[in-house]
Amino acid sequence: MKKLQKADYIKMYSFMLKIRRFEERAAQLYGMGKIGGFCHLYIGQEAVVVGILMTIDKNDSVVTTYRDHGHMIARGLDPKRIMAELTGREDGYSAGKGGSMHMFSKENNFYGGHGIVGAQVPIGTGIAFTHKYNGEKNICRTYIGDGAMNNGQVFEAFNLAALWKLPVLYIIENNKYGMGTSVDRAAAGLDLYKRGEAFGIPGEKVDGMNVFSVIEAADKAGKYVREGNGPYIIEVQTYRYRGHSMSDPAKYRTKEELDNYKQTDPIEIVKAEILKKKIATNDEIEKINKDTLEEIKNAAEFATNSPFPKDSELYTDVYL
Amino acid sequence: MSTEILMPALSPTMTEGNLSKWLIKKGDTIKAGDLIAEIETDKATMEVEAVDEGVVLDLLFKEGEANIPVNKAIAIIGDPNEKVEVKKEAPIEKVIEEKKIEKNIETKIENKKADIIDKPSPKIEEDRNLSSEEITMRQALRDTMAEEMRKDNKVFILGEEVAEYQGAYKVTQGLLEEFGKERVLDTPISEHGFTGLAVGAAFKGLRPILEFMTFNFSMQAIDQIINSAAKTLYMSGGQINCPIVFRGPNGAAAQVAAQHSQDFSSWYSQVPGLKVIAPSTPYNAKGLLRSAISDPNPVIFLENEILYGLKGPVNNDINFSIPIGKANIEKEGKDLTIVTYSIMLQKSKEAALRLKEEYNLDAEIIDLQTLRPLDTETILNSVKKTNRLITVEESWPFGSVGSEIANIVQRDAFDYLDSPVIKVNSADVPMPYALSLEKLYLPQVDDIINAAKKVSYLK
Repeated sequence: MKKLQKADYIKMYSFMLKIRRFEERAAQLYGMGKIGGFCHLYIGQEAVVVGILMTIDKNDSVVTTYRDHGHMIARGLDPKRIMAELTGREDGYSAGKGGSMHMFSKENNFYGGHGIVGAQVPIGTGIAFTHKYNGEKNICRTYIGDGAMNNGQVFEAFNLAALWKLPVLYIIENNKYGMGTSVDRAAAGLDLYKRGEAFGIPGEKVDGMNVFSVIEAADKAGKYVREGNGPYIIEVQTYRYRGHSMSDPAKYRTKEELDNYKQTDPIEIVKAEILKKKIATNDEIEKINKDTLEEIKNAAEFATNSPFPKDSELYTDVYL
Repeated sequence: MSTEILMPALSPTMTEGNLSKWLIKKGDTIKAGDLIAEIETDKATMEVEAVDEGVVLDLLFKEGEANIPVNKAIAIIGDPNEKVEVKKEAPIEKVIEEKKIEKNIETKIENKKADIIDKPSPKIEEDRNLSSEEITMRQALRDTMAEEMRKDNKVFILGEEVAEYQGAYKVTQGLLEEFGKERVLDTPISEHGFTGLAVGAAFKGLRPILEFMTFNFSMQAIDQIINSAAKTLYMSGGQINCPIVFRGPNGAAAQVAAQHSQDFSSWYSQVPGLKVIAPSTPYNAKGLLRSAISDPNPVIFLENEILYGLKGPVNNDINFSIPIGKANIEKEGKDLTIVTYSIMLQKSKEAALRLKEEYNLDAEIIDLQTLRPLDTETILNSVKKTNRLITVEESWPFGSVGSEIANIVQRDAFDYLDSPVIKVNSADVPMPYALSLEKLYLPQVDDIINAAKKVSYLK
């Protein structure tokens, strides 16, 4: 496994915290009516994307679902512009035309942000196809929700990826619920990571609340894919603390279940490790906390003050 | 009693075939099920089995003879002790054969029509680079793809049977050999998956040409076409474009019935973010496909199976292109305007001939070539001149391309109209199988003539 440096621990903690603070602020702005439409929060799942982040090359590509704010932050994108997209302003990553679910940054190889469940899976496979076609050593990380694992195009993509040995790493973020339907009520067979077996795609299940487990699995899987062996599936067991979207009160699960997961909070795990290893003091951590809160507060400030897109923008970007 | 073995129709649209090899010789005794010949069609080479038994009395064509019409006798079998009578007309096995014969007659009529109307428009004839040789639409499409693939390594083709099989309709013939399997990819039958894959590849900078075996199967992939390919440029605030061509046959072939005969032109034309092209001749197929492949946006390129065999001159300049969004005035006229596209151009031309001969009406024919963006200027200018308009297309009537044209014309040229616009479409039902009903379903020359008379207030 990748040897983690002191700075890596701080990086992980900072990113995970930044995602959480961002999402909390987004929830607040949503409540204030500053953010509209659908808004899917990543709180609880931070260790997944941050763990993967620790194993990647910046020329690798990423494509994910509509629960994408955390993925963008982990990609190193500017929280100000992400938040400005959520508020539908001209400084947003999609100039206010995409919204929470449809954000992209081509220069950072971030290919969305897709609103249709499952659609990103063939797309990510196609991006991997391009890496291979161009003779690049890069891979495409394609995130999939547990709900999409019952969607036909996912298996069509698996078949193509295995058939053509494409450099794609599929990461199933199993947060236990597809909207309000628990995995066991939607999937026949709960081992989602085994669903590539018929195509010869190796799969592995990982504890997604623990960032170190994610790093270990991602490192191994990433190497396998990068070496030209074809696709690989990691199923990351995670949990979203909030409902499916802002309008979901999550009455389909118990408070006990939620509290139980909070006992293994991914950010607390990293923090404890940092303190145990004496990588930083409590005061230093407090400083990170304060700075992060400030950064996100500024992002919200920026996002609510950025102008709405000009009316003339309605008709731009339909064709190139 | 002797029996004729007839040239079989090996596909719904086959009208003639080449006798590539005899597997029997004169004097052989053959049983039902024995292989007797190899026939090459425009799509493939296939072995033909005997359905009757007897001794081969005569082989009427030599190996290598080409363009033998369907239902033409190619061999005679029978009892060698009986005298051979070569019959001139309708053979045996009436029940089975009747349908084929009827179809053959239809085909012959169609061929005759084609002789009259297949001439290129005067404008095309002015093209100084026009080839002296005529090629088929399928060759024109293939040549253009090959030319663009030679120019740009990012262009590749994928689809079902495009590589080793050489294309279900032979449009990709020879491409695998020239460009290899990295750039000419056979896909499994999974439109949703491979369309999404191609869209992803286009987002990342490649320029895929995706062949749907027919556009009927594009419905399996419609989400990726509309929600991913067409919308992402907009949703990304202009960051991520999708330079892809979705091409393949659209509309009715011949007696393949409801699920395999549908015209999607107005469906796709409704979608902002897509460009939609429907060529009608080898000439414009070349020019338009080149523009489609070079375009940075997703393009729906609607071919027509029946037109694949249509021959015509082309411009062989490897940079010749026809701009997207520009209609072609196929024939100038002063009395009424016929706006059409794709295969209905041929029928409209025939109708125009008859309108002139029988009613002294001089029709102007506009071949749209591109459906989105629509060349409204050319349509409006024509209507301002002729004051009468009919639209002719194969799609269903509700919300068709003609419906949109009628809307635009009533809005922008109301004062120029001397009569209401009339649309000629297919029947508002699923495509039936029976030959007689299929003919009724599709717009025919008489329907166009009737519409033209109606807008001209002629009885």
